[in-house]
Amino acid sequence: MNSIFSGTRLRDMIRSIRACKTAAEERGVVRKECADIRASINENDPHDRHRNLAKLMFIHMLGYPTHFGQMECLKLIASPGFPEKRIGYLGLMLLLDERQEVLMLVTNSLKQDLNHTNQYVVGLALCALGNICSAEMARDLAPEVERLIQFRDPNIRKKAALCSTRIVRKVPDLAENFINAASSLLKEKHHGVLITGVQLCYELCTINDEALEYFRKKCTEGLIKTLRDITNSAYQPEYDVAGITDPFLHIRLLKLLRVLGHGDADASDLMTDILAQVATKTESNKNAGNAVLYECVETIMAIEDTSSLRVLAINILGRFLSNRDNNIRYVALNMLMKAIAFDDQAVQRHRVTILECVKDPDASIRKRALELVSLLVNENNVKQLTKELIDYLEISDEDFKEDLSAKICSIVEKFSPEKIWYIDQMLKVLSEAGKFVKDDVWHALIVVISNASELHGYTVRALYKAVLTYSEQETLVRVAIWCIGEYGDLLVNNVGMLGIEDPITVTESDAVDVVEDAITRHNSDMTTKAMALVALLKLSSRFPSISERIKDIIVKQKGSLLLEMQQRAIEFNSIVDRHKNIRSSLVERMPVLDEATFNVRRAGSLPASVSTMAKPSVSIPNGVAAAPLVDLLDLGSDDIMAAPSSSGADFLQDLLGVDLGSSSAQSGATPGPKAGADLLMDILSIGTPSPAQNNTSSIDLLSTAGINNNPSNALDTLSSPAPPHIATTASAGGMFDLLDGLSPSPSKEATNGPAYPPIVAYESSTLKIEFTFSKPSGNPQETNVQATFINLSPNTFTDFIFQAAVPKFLQLHLDPASSNTLPASGNITQNLRVTNSQHGKKSLVMRMRIGYKLNGKDVLEEGQINNFPRGL
Amino acid sequence: MRLLIRFILLQNRQGKTRLAKYYVPLEESEKHKVEYEVHRLVVNRDSKFTNFVEFRTHKVIYRRYAGLFFSLCVDITDNELAYLECIHLFVEILDHFFSNVCELDLVFNFHKVYLILDEFILAGELQETSKRAIIERMSELEKLE
Repeated sequence: MNSIFSGTRLRDMIRSIRACKTAAEERGVVRKECADIRASINENDPHDRHRNLAKLMFIHMLGYPTHFGQMECLKLIASPGFPEKRIGYLGLMLLLDERQEVLMLVTNSLKQDLNHTNQYVVGLALCALGNICSAEMARDLAPEVERLIQFRDPNIRKKAALCSTRIVRKVPDLAENFINAASSLLKEKHHGVLITGVQLCYELCTINDEALEYFRKKCTEGLIKTLRDITNSAYQPEYDVAGITDPFLHIRLLKLLRVLGHGDADASDLMTDILAQVATKTESNKNAGNAVLYECVETIMAIEDTSSLRVLAINILGRFLSNRDNNIRYVALNMLMKAIAFDDQAVQRHRVTILECVKDPDASIRKRALELVSLLVNENNVKQLTKELIDYLEISDEDFKEDLSAKICSIVEKFSPEKIWYIDQMLKVLSEAGKFVKDDVWHALIVVISNASELHGYTVRALYKAVLTYSEQETLVRVAIWCIGEYGDLLVNNVGMLGIEDPITVTESDAVDVVEDAITRHNSDMTTKAMALVALLKLSSRFPSISERIKDIIVKQKGSLLLEMQQRAIEFNSIVDRHKNIRSSLVERMPVLDEATFNVRRAGSLPASVSTMAKPSVSIPNGVAAAPLVDLLDLGSDDIMAAPSSSGADFLQDLLGVDLGSSSAQSGATPGPKAGADLLMDILSIGTPSPAQNNTSSIDLLSTAGINNNPSNALDTLSSPAPPHIATTASAGGMFDLLDGLSPSPSKEATNGPAYPPIVAYESSTLKIEFTFSKPSGNPQETNVQATFINLSPNTFTDFIFQAAVPKFLQLHLDPASSNTLPASGNITQNLRVTNSQHGKKSLVMRMRIGYKLNGKDVLEEGQINNFPRGL
Repeated sequence: MRLLIRFILLQNRQGKTRLAKYYVPLEESEKHKVEYEVHRLVVNRDSKFTNFVEFRTHKVIYRRYAGLFFSLCVDITDNELAYLECIHLFVEILDHFFSNVCELDLVFNFHKVYLILDEFILAGELQETSKRAIIERMSELEKLE
């Protein structure tokens, strides 16, 4: 059939293609061959068709398009001879698939061939049909195939069985037709026919409930017997693989039994013996045996409960875990994860082996083992397991450390029995793998530390020791400097020593060394350095004797190239230098952070922005219950620092002074007060009210509104007039220093600077507000506003109060109003002072709220003032 | 959850496909992509790793014999160890048929390799588990050529 004349022989073509040195060369050869083939096709000479198609198939395998050859397949299939049909069908399967319409044209040939007298031809047709038929073809030819399941030749029967499998997949409606034929196949002795019959039944059971019922009732026992026979059979060389007779058949039978037993207690009952037999008798030193065992375990897990069988299955998996072959270990770990759902106890017994797998050289096994271990953790074994995992953490690969440390942290958080253990474990993890630990994890640690007041001393000492050794672990350093900052006094005075501790001598200087090191180390990042500065500020108050040294360190940072550092350094230095009177209250021990709230927020990941639900009320000195702050602060949200998308973490970030995003000048309050108003409220309302009250000082720094005993008033943007007897007013010239407002000084009512036109800030039917502007000091950022409130109604307003809120880039200070009573058609005035840190870039804007009593009833008016003159 | 073999690939280390049989329909371009991806997945895997890789939403079971990678794509829940046996049986059959098979045999006789495969697996399922039976069948068919 390899004609000498027309064109190259297949072998020669292959050789010449392989001889090509470059892709271009190969393309050339292929192009030429295709041209020849096309020409030959056009001549319609049957002799060369066979060879042409063979060549085309090879060319197709190289990746070239060969559509023009598709019709040749059809012609070959339609030829009478076997060799032609054979290559035609082969070409069909290779060059076409079910989605191509050309395939439909073959249906007729297929039908004829399915009825051919030559059973080899029948075989060809069944093969092609089974591999690529479409749904229509399946429907058309189903009756033929069904008939062939009962054919005398086993080769045909098995092909017909598998072809039927495809047919019912394509056309599930036809399933019923095949039930009877399929069940007869189950009685076969010929392995090939038997296995194909089993597969057909499996397919029928999964797509058709009636089939499932039928086979379950009629065939379960027969199948069990077949499995038993084959398990017990003598050595059959033809089917033997590593001592098991036809492991493939074992596996298929087990699969089918699984489907039949699942959800049915009776069927499951029948199977337990044979399953136990297979599970215990099968040799497991070779892959074939293990493959059978694995299938057996799957089946045991899927059928209705017999707990002894389940334990047997889990033990098999446990044995797998110690197998040298990592395929087997992998497979076992997968299954064990499913098995935990059924029988946690049984899996617990293999904990040690599973732990060994965490240390496996294969990464995918380590991963699975770690997953499995974390599912096994409970209150009883958590300490032991954590110890093992942490020990391993020290020696594990870098790329595994991240997963491992994350898992350890989550285990520790969930199951820790006592705080001191939690802190110990976390310290170990941070020391080993701090750089992989995520922010929310170390934030949580700080929350816990803060709540464990009896452990403050212990913790800070432990951290101090740790950070001396592991100073390159960033997160450890951060936690350590926060603690040293907060609890530095406990550190140097060995306060709160626990029985288990050895005393250590840490001088104030040593402690400051650590913090200074964090700033000056070249690989510290911004967050760490910023935190270190805050810690220094705290220490400057707690360690008065080396306050000078601390001041020097801070001063050095004034020249830092990092803006945030510079800013903080300048502000903190200012506090240290000139505001010693308020420093200690500023950096007082932080109130305990509310764990419950933190956890809720962390879980819910609410963005810590203004618009949260909790609306605590703030009581303002005049006794007027303030409205929820949320509204007032709801000004252009791009101005208000909505916290970056994750969550409760920002809540903590604020407290740690870590928030680097806020642009407006923060004075050195340890928690930078933020737009996350209610969060801050929570903290401060839960914590102990701040006791320190220096004579003129106020926690409420930025509103500089004089004494309030109310700790909850620490919001930078909400101001209200203080009780009249405290008058605090504008600073003396020079640099705008917020805190200078605290020391009483004469106000300057200078009205230098360009004049700005007055505006009507607000007008309603009952009230009108006018603003007039002046620029007192030479500072262009500062504006003095005189507000005049005019009562337009015929009634008197009493308990008149004006409140205002501004975005973060503005600072607002309100002087007390001239009066709280506004007679009809009368007016009162009030002075406001506004500082615009974005002077020149952004205009003033203000939200205001007026409350008063009218005829005994409370009235509230509010509005937004957008019409400030530009340039203020 | 179809428990059938989705495709079988024989590729050499350079990524040349020596056999590609698909039991699910795929466009030509998709097939090329699949072949490229599978090759990349298996060719770089160290021998100490398992013989199973996740591939899209399925699983590929593979094994290397000399310079050839035999890859089977199956459902992610299927029994991996069984398919390893399957691959091995196929290799044994080829070895027997070609008498110590080498890659070149498979290149020059690619159509025969497909014919052998078609006697071993049909519609993505096992058709015959006896090596002897398959070899016998092949010689019967050869006689008809």
